[in-house]
Amino acid sequence: MNPETSPTFRYKTIDSIQGTLIFLKSIFNVSYEEIVNIYMPDGQVRKGQVLQADENATIVQVFEGTHSMERVETEVEFTKDVFRVGLSEQMIGRTMNGLGQPIDDLGPLFVEKRLPITGAPMNPVRRTNPEDFIETGLSVIDGLNSLVQGQKLPIFTLSGMPTSEVAASIAVNSRVLAEEQELDVIFVAMGITEREGRYFRLKFEEASGANIAFFSNYTMDSIVERILTPRVALTFAEYLAYEKDRNVLILLHDLLNYSEALREISSAREEFPGRRGYPGYLYTDLATIYERAGKVEGKPGSVTMIPIVTLPNDDITHPVPDLTGYITEGQLLMSRPHLKRDISPPMNPIPSLSRLMNEGIGVGKTREDHANLANQLFASYSRGMKLRQLASIAGEDSLNDRDRQYLKFADIFESKFINQGDTRRTIEETLTIGWETLTVIPKTDLNRISKKFIDKYYPTEA
Amino acid sequence: MPGIIKRIAGPVVFVYGLKKPKKNYIVEVGEEKLLGEIIQIRGDVSIIQVYEETSGLGIKEPVYAIDKPLTVRLGPGVMSTVYDGIQRPLDLLEGSFIGKGEKTSPLDLKKKWFFIPESNMTLGTKLQGGEILGRIQETETVENRILVPPNVHGELKELASEGKYVVSDNLARITNPSQDLELPFYHDWPVREPRPFKSRILSNKPFLTGQRILDFLYPLVEGGSAMIPGGFGTGKTVLNRTLAKFASTQIMQMTLCGERGNEAADALHSFLKLTDPTTGRLMIDRTSIIANTSNMPVAAREASIYMGVSIAEYYRDMGYTVSVMADSTSRWAEALREISGRLGEIPGEEGFPSYLPKLIGQFYERSGRCITLSGLEGSITIIGAVSPQGGDFSEPVTQYTMRFTTTLWALDTDLARSRHFPAISWRISYSQNVREIAEYLKKEVAPDWHEYRTRISTILQEEEELERIVRLIGKDTLSETQKGLLLTAELIREGFLQQNAFSDEDAFSSAQKSYRMAKAILLAHELIEERVQKEGLLVDPLYEEQLIEDIKRLKELNIDGIKEFTDQLPSRVKELKF
Ligand SMILES: Nc1ncnc2c1ncn2[C@@H]1O[C@H](COP(=O)(O)OP(=O)(O)OP(=O)(O)O)[C@@H](O)[C@H]1O
Ligand SMILES: [Mg+2]
Repeated sequence: MNPETSPTFRYKTIDSIQGTLIFLKSIFNVSYEEIVNIYMPDGQVRKGQVLQADENATIVQVFEGTHSMERVETEVEFTKDVFRVGLSEQMIGRTMNGLGQPIDDLGPLFVEKRLPITGAPMNPVRRTNPEDFIETGLSVIDGLNSLVQGQKLPIFTLSGMPTSEVAASIAVNSRVLAEEQELDVIFVAMGITEREGRYFRLKFEEASGANIAFFSNYTMDSIVERILTPRVALTFAEYLAYEKDRNVLILLHDLLNYSEALREISSAREEFPGRRGYPGYLYTDLATIYERAGKVEGKPGSVTMIPIVTLPNDDITHPVPDLTGYITEGQLLMSRPHLKRDISPPMNPIPSLSRLMNEGIGVGKTREDHANLANQLFASYSRGMKLRQLASIAGEDSLNDRDRQYLKFADIFESKFINQGDTRRTIEETLTIGWETLTVIPKTDLNRISKKFIDKYYPTEA
Repeated sequence: MPGIIKRIAGPVVFVYGLKKPKKNYIVEVGEEKLLGEIIQIRGDVSIIQVYEETSGLGIKEPVYAIDKPLTVRLGPGVMSTVYDGIQRPLDLLEGSFIGKGEKTSPLDLKKKWFFIPESNMTLGTKLQGGEILGRIQETETVENRILVPPNVHGELKELASEGKYVVSDNLARITNPSQDLELPFYHDWPVREPRPFKSRILSNKPFLTGQRILDFLYPLVEGGSAMIPGGFGTGKTVLNRTLAKFASTQIMQMTLCGERGNEAADALHSFLKLTDPTTGRLMIDRTSIIANTSNMPVAAREASIYMGVSIAEYYRDMGYTVSVMADSTSRWAEALREISGRLGEIPGEEGFPSYLPKLIGQFYERSGRCITLSGLEGSITIIGAVSPQGGDFSEPVTQYTMRFTTTLWALDTDLARSRHFPAISWRISYSQNVREIAEYLKKEVAPDWHEYRTRISTILQEEEELERIVRLIGKDTLSETQKGLLLTAELIREGFLQQNAFSDEDAFSSAQKSYRMAKAILLAHELIEERVQKEGLLVDPLYEEQLIEDIKRLKELNIDGIKEFTDQLPSRVKELKF
């Protein structure tokens, strides 16, 4: 067979096998990021993707890994195509593996379209500004750091945090407020444990009304697949948003695992590392994931993204959270002190920030007093937190009566407003509770709220 | 004979068989003719960085040499267009997503412009590069002065007469012993080469930003260069945007380099609506935007910085004051790192190529005030945002940039987290331009502005020392005078330095207003201190006084309001009760 003319020519020219990579020589025709089929002597067939195209140094990363792979007899066939995922609306409510193939027992999917998973960049001048509110059901987010359709807002979490609970609750409870509009949720597990995965599946099944598509790549699954998983899921998200006019919320859990997979492949290629061994292109790579959130002119759909990132050793300057912060539009921070005080969700609104919040709240979106109220709660809570710190150093005696009111406010704000256990709150409920907590401090101190809102919304004694 | 692709690794392609390849010359890569640039030549192999996505590109595909370096096309129509990093006008590209191999002319080829030749231009004139042949009103605000390209000279044989032309029409014919040139209304310029000018001149005019902390404490000179380092979310982009709106400059070039798509969209949408406070015209009329977001091809991100500064130089050569805002130069440096890594170069610090400091230096060297080739005065002020890894200023890009810029506007993560905006740190920031602009401000603002500047920074510094004492041994040990100083420092921080970019009254503060505010706050300080020292007035209760709240809200008043407030200060301080 002539390798130049026959599309199914199989090369037996593996030169070396390292990590999840195979290196091939004497290749006549190969293109960058092409998909290959690998035929092992024992009959197994694996898939791979070209990382470097070169006559004599083609590098292929093998999705299933190179475990038990043999060098001389293994055959490699180039498919002349990049990686594509088969898409179908039926994926909503289904469980897929990291490559988008169904793994539940609900049968095969009717595939409507196969698209390459590296989406083209959205033309920035065609983007429209994110400006519609998403209600997650959590007061600390909805009230103080609101999520907006088309935004990418990461959760920075710490080891030992109830991350799964928070993520599941957002996935199950999030809604868009506009009438007759629904929100589709895509949940993407990247390198989390199967036990966590099972928890999520259970939660999603319980919430039978929720439209959730579940893509899973667990700890035991291939790291090469892990690199593709978010792209597979995002291709599905874009398909829903821009071809089916849906509003999509996609949760990615956990980007730290993803980045470690990227680092592992990079070091197998013997690339010069940047910070902490991560490849120099980590920023660009993460950007090609995060920037796929958005909204585009002339289409009603949207892709909103919540990436979850564990901070190793609680360190926000670690490359993965750091670069995430540089690309996304704000951050939601989990907090150890809040967890210790049994606040659920243990999220600290002070260092959290939704940069697009102001676009998505107010008249016609949430409520006219939302921005004022959020400002006031934020200011009063930070004053309370500072005083709490002071009191812990100098003792409560050093505080005057007014200071003590703020201490009390901080307590009540945490236990009533942030803390909500398993309940889902509407934005109305969130705002109402916000107002109630403010009754602890003097009404004259509410200098962030305009008078007309105080007159209208300040709780009456009852 | 085209070259043949040998290897593809991300944006880097190795090609053999290119005939006489020239470094920095462009090529068309593969069947899809993707734009690329030759960045290294090793024997028979040319190494090319490709400005578009290479996924699906195959070895053995052809590569065609184009006999010119990477250039920017300069002519009427550049202003107010949004380009990507390789000068494709983004609104002319098809569809919502950017496809591969799309080619679009940088300038509108159909649009007719009204050209008025210079009245003193007679045929036979001996012309040098950079001379002005005529004018076109490019936008409502900007008059494009049509230049002889900098590298062209000779005798004027023909010149278009007054009338309407498209950019490709004949503007002029210029001959010299070796050439006979027909010039259109545009010319191409190799982006990596600085455009020539006659001579550098010193500048004594400040680059006023309308930001109190910048104009008052860390002023930048027109034609200078400043850096804005800051961790994520500290306010680099908001500051950039605020300066783009309010800074004293005739032309604004914004290079959005490797940042967010939503921000680029927001900038564009708002500039299409906002009016420029000085001219009353639309902001976009004097703004040129290059948007190469983080998910767009990385090599084009590398080029975008040079595109931007070349466009700025083009307008400088017409005699304008121009500013370049680059957000963020770290993303450019990272693009260099990424490409260098694919070339297998031995890296310098933290994986960055060892030639990075040189390139950063050369970029900022393109700022300055100068006499242009046609004898006009023009200037370029460069302001570069830097995004330090981990918010740590000791990292290479921050450190290199510090060496080549004169002014440091350092953003502080703690200030930003406590919502003190702009989060510019008065501990780290500096300006090396204060002496140059002092005379100008003395004349234009007030003879004694400098004394106020000194006192403000002294008080902030003393506050820091007092805070250290407080942390060590508690507040009780402070004297009332010292407590008074802490009160004033708070007034300065909250009442003077803080400036909300989204507030209608205070997003912009004129130099005069800033001066008046400083004066009022320091007068209040003196008056209070006097009562504290002479009468034993206690400082702590003052924090609850309406007067203090009013001083913090001084920024909401206009200059007359501030003057009036200042006049009332003595009696209001006198009224303070024990
Ligand atoms: N001058 C200001 N006035 C009011 N708010 C501000 C100001 N500067 C920054 N902010 C707030 O801080 C947020 C982050 O600012 P910005 O986007 O400019 O950060 P950045 O330094 O560019 O971050 P990144 O490096 O991630 O791009 C803004 O969304 C806004 O809420
Ligand atoms: Mg920014």
